[in-house]
Amino acid sequence: MAAYAVAAGQAVLVAALAPWLLGWMRAVRARLEGRAGGRFGQPWRDLRKQLRKEPITPADAGVFFVAAPPVLMATSLLIAGAAPYVSTRGPLSGVADLVVVVGLLLLGTVALALAGLDTGTAFGGMGASREMTIAALVEPTLLLAVFALSTRVGSTDLAAIVAAGAADPARVISPVGALAAAALAVAVLAESGRLPVDNPSTHLELTMVHEAMVLEYAGRDLALVEWAAAMRLSILLGLLATLFLPWGVATSLHPAALAGATALFAVKVFALGGLLAAGEVFLAKVRLFRVPELLAGSFVLGLLAVLTASVLA
Amino acid sequence: MNPVPTGLAAAGVLAATGAAVALVLPARWRSAAVGVATAGVGAAGAAAGVAAVSGHGWRAEYPDVLPLAGVSLAVDPLAGWFLLLTGAVAVVVGVYAIGYAGRGGHGPGARGPLALLPVFVAAMLLVPAAADVPTFLLAWELTAVTSLLLVLVEHRHGPAVLPAGLWYAVMTQAGFVTILIGLVWLAAAAGDPSFAAIQDAAGGLSGPVRGGVFVLCVAGFAAKAGAVPLHPWLPRAHAEAPAHVSALMSAAMVKLGVYGIVRLGFDLLGGGPRWWWLALGAVGMLSALYGILQAAVATDLKKLLAFSTSENVGLILLGLAAAGLLASAGQPAVAAVALAAALLHAANHAGFKALLFCGAGSVLRGTGVRDLDRLGGLSRRMPATTALVCVGALGAAALPLGNGFVSEWLLLQALLHQATDAGTLWTVVAPVAVAVVALTAGVGVATFVKVVGTGFLARPRGEEAAAARESPPSMVAGMVLAAAACCALAVLPALAGPALDRVTAGLRAGPRPFEGGAVDLRLAGVGSTIAPLWIAAGVVGLAVATAVMARLAGRPRRRAAAWDCGDGPLTARMEYTATSFAEPLQRVFDDVLAPEQDVDVTPAAESAYLVRSVQYRRRLPDRIEARLYRPLIAAVEVAGRAARGLATGSVHRYLAYMLAALILVLFAAAVR
Amino acid sequence: MGLVRRIRERGRVAQPATPRPEPLPAAAGLAGSVQVRHVDAGSCNGCEIEVGQAFGPVYDAERHGVRLVASPRHADVLTVTGPVTVNMAGPLRTTYEAMPRPRMVVAVGDCARDCGMFAGGPGVLGPVGDVVPVDVLVPGCPPEPAAIVAALRGVSGR
Repeated sequence: MAAYAVAAGQAVLVAALAPWLLGWMRAVRARLEGRAGGRFGQPWRDLRKQLRKEPITPADAGVFFVAAPPVLMATSLLIAGAAPYVSTRGPLSGVADLVVVVGLLLLGTVALALAGLDTGTAFGGMGASREMTIAALVEPTLLLAVFALSTRVGSTDLAAIVAAGAADPARVISPVGALAAAALAVAVLAESGRLPVDNPSTHLELTMVHEAMVLEYAGRDLALVEWAAAMRLSILLGLLATLFLPWGVATSLHPAALAGATALFAVKVFALGGLLAAGEVFLAKVRLFRVPELLAGSFVLGLLAVLTASVLA
Repeated sequence: MNPVPTGLAAAGVLAATGAAVALVLPARWRSAAVGVATAGVGAAGAAAGVAAVSGHGWRAEYPDVLPLAGVSLAVDPLAGWFLLLTGAVAVVVGVYAIGYAGRGGHGPGARGPLALLPVFVAAMLLVPAAADVPTFLLAWELTAVTSLLLVLVEHRHGPAVLPAGLWYAVMTQAGFVTILIGLVWLAAAAGDPSFAAIQDAAGGLSGPVRGGVFVLCVAGFAAKAGAVPLHPWLPRAHAEAPAHVSALMSAAMVKLGVYGIVRLGFDLLGGGPRWWWLALGAVGMLSALYGILQAAVATDLKKLLAFSTSENVGLILLGLAAAGLLASAGQPAVAAVALAAALLHAANHAGFKALLFCGAGSVLRGTGVRDLDRLGGLSRRMPATTALVCVGALGAAALPLGNGFVSEWLLLQALLHQATDAGTLWTVVAPVAVAVVALTAGVGVATFVKVVGTGFLARPRGEEAAAARESPPSMVAGMVLAAAACCALAVLPALAGPALDRVTAGLRAGPRPFEGGAVDLRLAGVGSTIAPLWIAAGVVGLAVATAVMARLAGRPRRRAAAWDCGDGPLTARMEYTATSFAEPLQRVFDDVLAPEQDVDVTPAAESAYLVRSVQYRRRLPDRIEARLYRPLIAAVEVAGRAARGLATGSVHRYLAYMLAALILVLFAAAVR
Repeated sequence: MGLVRRIRERGRVAQPATPRPEPLPAAAGLAGSVQVRHVDAGSCNGCEIEVGQAFGPVYDAERHGVRLVASPRHADVLTVTGPVTVNMAGPLRTTYEAMPRPRMVVAVGDCARDCGMFAGGPGVLGPVGDVVPVDVLVPGCPPEPAAIVAALRGVSGR
């Protein structure tokens, strides 16, 4: 029972934290650009307002357009509950492993891509086509990073990987860990639609990827999509944090340990988010057809990580 | 009473009845009667399969049925698995064919094609049940001939049907010849054509004999399975055959090639050296990648599905190769997981591909086109077909909640398992295989998003799609059966666990791959579990809860014209087509696909800067075919023309040939 | 790293924020968050430069919860500049219709109010108020960025 409460708590935590993380990242960016920037809570205000506004369905769209935001939200919530962010003793460790997490992320992407195509607009199709191309090319990198990480534990179970890392830091701070982290970081950038793969703050339709798919959404549909997108960023940064900085993740269900782990998780994710936002100031979006080169680079890093893992093992 | 022979006998009787009925009945009743008979054949076969995988063995000899060799049948769990798979597909296709072949009476509804349908199914059921080389070859050839005739059914309706039939005939017969040589060689070396005797003797055969037999037979089986580079018949035959025949061929018949490889490699020969499996794995990876890349850029719906068949066969072969490699490296537990993954993927592919080909048939029937660029907007006019195709596409894309995901997960588990004592070879091969599976899965997702998104959603892009009509109830019922099977496999794959345990145990491939578990799939030997039921329940439950809560919090929904940037209206010509959707992927994989593109810009008469029209043409030739088969065909043609010079019509010359041949034979005899 | 040095030396360029203006009662539903879609209905582009400044680093409307978005579907507030020309009347109306309710219109500049110097010109249909209901008017030719920011703050209530 306590384990289920932990999973539900994690889902709520990530859902609550995600808009704050976005606000924090915007603030870091604004500060470096010499602007004052909005408040941390601004994304929360935006969501609250959008949830109250009316949703609009395009005339030619069908059930996919309406169903996509809840499905995207559901996959994000499920991953947030299943991953061992706070405790490795969650109830879902026997249900979903790292491969399932990758699959669920892809399922959310697909739901949104189909919604983009369902609108029948040129921009929706364009965004869907680009998003699916990038998603297809990210997949090998993600799974190779999974491979490198699971080698040391003999299982793709996330909780097992994190528990092993927390118990033995030497496993994490190793060439394998560094290579896998670098590979996964690029994959995370591509999956969450950040620079240099996609520009989250662009207003130019022709350069959009994620934004182009959601141009037709309004009101609470938009709120769910934006919320889920923010959660995906938190989820991915959280994965990066818990896999490569596993210290502090509770291995028991003791309340004090859980509270400490929650605070530490927030700190880790905000630190990574700040780093990402600061890095983005120095980057420009690369051309869409240069993205495969970037992903090929991260794929090679992943392959090196796997080979190093088996050589060192 | 043993249910296995009863089921098989019932299948045989029903097939004969179905064929007879098709020849006798008037057109009005024909398709219904034959459809029911075919479904009956399938149900009987599937029942026999269920009995076999739950532990009922059976074996029988009928020496008088055929002269010289007789017929020998035996059903073990492995045969049972493929009987079940073939039978289940036949049930779906039988029900579907009632509506598909009914009315009109053209092509698939004529006497001959309908009479052949139950016979084809029965022949396919006979292949796994065969227990000696002559029976196996007989059943194999019967399958090939009946399927060839069925491919040619619509030869009056399209110019592409005859070439497709020719390609299929040549390749399937060439494959048959290599299998024939291989199996006869094996039987001769073992001294007895029965599978049991071969199994006993195979261990004592020399390496070259075993290797030669393996290469010859696997070449034939892989050709039947549509593995790259032996695939050129597949996109042609699957695209041009009637939909129910495509479904049977792609979902069931192609799997018989897989059955042949499993039977030969793991059962008759009992495993082999590494190079066998490395070669098989290379073929598997090539098939998976090339198949899915061709599918990603294809716009013909049936051709796309055919290439996706190549892809899935590739994944299955990769699983078999991993099983063989791991078994030869002394990792029986993981080998069993890989083998179970391959077999489960065969079943999953049978489920979703039968569904998708039937769906493609419904689209073709409802609109008359199968070009995705001209479809679109079907979700309004064909809601049932759209929903069912989505179930199939979810499975084919190997996404969670779909049935393909579970078997790909199993395959990845086997590949990800870093067996440190499996040797350096595995260390190098496994990551490459994982990357190939991942890229295949990723591109596969994009492909099936394209199928659903550009084929069924938004606005119709052509008049045919705008006038689409839903299929009759029997066709929908057939697809519903397939979709139900897909859903069952997707959420409760653990149900197949005991059966797969028995199959792998029967092959002596290793210990049981699964550790029980009612809802979750627990693997023995690999420390990973998955519970697809809970994942599905979680996603669906959370999605519904989110939708309900958001609705309670907010205002009612409004429907409005799509945002047209202020200067509308949007037309269907502005939508993304299947071609444009796949364009980025085509560009990324430019070097592999080598598309031939033409852009013609016609300027207006007044100025070169004013464009009157732009024409874009793209052709995606099959590169492997162009590089491998065109030279071969050209060489055969040259040889044929040269041979013509030998036969001038002069009797004297022919007499001289005969004399020379006689001398040669005598000389050879004398030398020996 | 020239950029790092420049970030360090330049520091913050945003002007200090002025005291919060009186919020509009109609904007209570927006609760401190305003997404803006801008339409140029036929202006001389003078107002556009000022609107651009309002969202630039110096005036920085984003700190008051105001953001520019790429689609009217995402927007709460429509900013319109210029006299409405015959050709832009339709698109302006469509844009307004495409926005989800509740929605507001901020007319920026003298031309948007009364067509300014373009009044009676060929191809000019009329002021913005003739085409879509205007909630807030920002006078000026062109209005200062500070005035635009103040008007938007009135809508966002921050």
